[in-house]
Amino acid sequence: MDKAMKEKFVGIVSDFIAMTGIYLADDVEAAILRLAESETGESAKTMYGCILDDLKLAKELHRPLCQDTGVLQFFLDVGTEFPYMNELKDVLYEASAKSTMETPLRPNVVEPLGEHNTGNNVGYDAPYIEVELVPNSSDLRLRMYMAGGGCSLPGRSKVLMPLEGVEGVKKFVYETIVEWGINACPPLCIGIGLGTCAPTSGMLSKKALLRPIGTRNENPAVAALEDEIEKDLNHLGIAPLGFGGDNSVLSVNIECAGHHPATLGVGITTGCWATRRGEMIIHKDLSTEIISHKNSIRG
Amino acid sequence: MKKVLTTPITYDQIKDLKIGDTVYLTGMLATCRDSGHRRVVKDGIYPEHFEFRDGAIFHAGPIVGKDENGKQYMVSIGPTTSRRMEAAEADFIEQTGVRVVIGKGGMLDKTAEACKKFGAIHCAFPGGCAVVAAQRVEEITNVEWLDFGMPEALWIMRVNEFGPLVVSIDTKGNNLFENNKKVYKERLSEVLD
Repeated sequence: MDKAMKEKFVGIVSDFIAMTGIYLADDVEAAILRLAESETGESAKTMYGCILDDLKLAKELHRPLCQDTGVLQFFLDVGTEFPYMNELKDVLYEASAKSTMETPLRPNVVEPLGEHNTGNNVGYDAPYIEVELVPNSSDLRLRMYMAGGGCSLPGRSKVLMPLEGVEGVKKFVYETIVEWGINACPPLCIGIGLGTCAPTSGMLSKKALLRPIGTRNENPAVAALEDEIEKDLNHLGIAPLGFGGDNSVLSVNIECAGHHPATLGVGITTGCWATRRGEMIIHKDLSTEIISHKNSIRG
Repeated sequence: MKKVLTTPITYDQIKDLKIGDTVYLTGMLATCRDSGHRRVVKDGIYPEHFEFRDGAIFHAGPIVGKDENGKQYMVSIGPTTSRRMEAAEADFIEQTGVRVVIGKGGMLDKTAEACKKFGAIHCAFPGGCAVVAAQRVEEITNVEWLDFGMPEALWIMRVNEFGPLVVSIDTKGNNLFENNKKVYKERLSEVLD
């Protein structure tokens, strides 16, 4: 890859990061509008009014809609025939630093233990990068998530006894949301992972959070559980922003994997009302396709 | 009518406020979060250019930009999770005499007791609404403790009708979010049978 080509690639990713910080993805914005319109409480309506004002101002002034632009996390599905495998990590790091200066984003990354802020969102093993290989493809599917502080605080994983079953999973999720979700800027996006151990269940919960709002797990029994948990959480009425109203969540997504018969691992990851995630396809000639933000940028 | 608190804030200005009331703030405001609380409470170090006594602090870490003249301005400044400061806030209120603590979500019993004992309140600004908040900042007048990095530094600013701020702990020690939590827990028992 020559220098001009690399610069172009860095620019594409840097702009994509900026877009994700300034505009909500189409599905997130639509879900907020739906809840804002259906809300009946007066003070809750005022809060939604503030949220909608913020979205509008961020678009007009071209500024990050929330000051916490998070630690950047990239999830890559890379075609094995994508020609720039060697440069990928470099490009993502350079684009993170460039976007931090130009958008601007808040420089969040502090070095482990020392807490020294690196000033450009790049540090030891940061931004976070996860890669899956896609055979017989020359495309890169790039997904990005801004992991904010407040919405990351409720996250946790636990290994339950199998006899605790689905009821145990629900109890774990609901108690976490009541205790911690109210401070994490609800209405929340909820990702739940079910697996064998704490870390894999946690990773599955992240995968669930990255799935667009309104999609359902392809396993009908899991999809039914998504509906049930969503209904129960909405009954709590913690949104907007913990002040209380008619709803709690924007979405409940579950991802699961075949697990050990002696364990029932459960992980939970929460995204705030300002869940910022983006998705784009980059082809081998560096032409691009934005998937996540087809409408919201125009609005 | 809009209830506006103006700095310096006297006890009289806040004593009759009740949880759930909405107020706005005009005057001086400083950001102060995890590292700032540690420096004040543990190290006993105070900023040079901001008076906490009868003042207001904001649990927040902003994005600060520079305009074409090199002057710093607020790009985005929403509140951060107040509960992270729970371990230090009661001591902070006692030591500094701060009157209004602004943040996101609620705080717990220790802070509520300190608010009651020393005549302070905690208010919640709607989380995430960072550009709305930045529009109420007239000027960044100073910055201290930049050694912490941009999010944790103490940003001192002049604000005009900064809000809406919902009183979440009042001077009687009533606690809006803890009350709400009781309601949510009751509803929880309805769905977990």
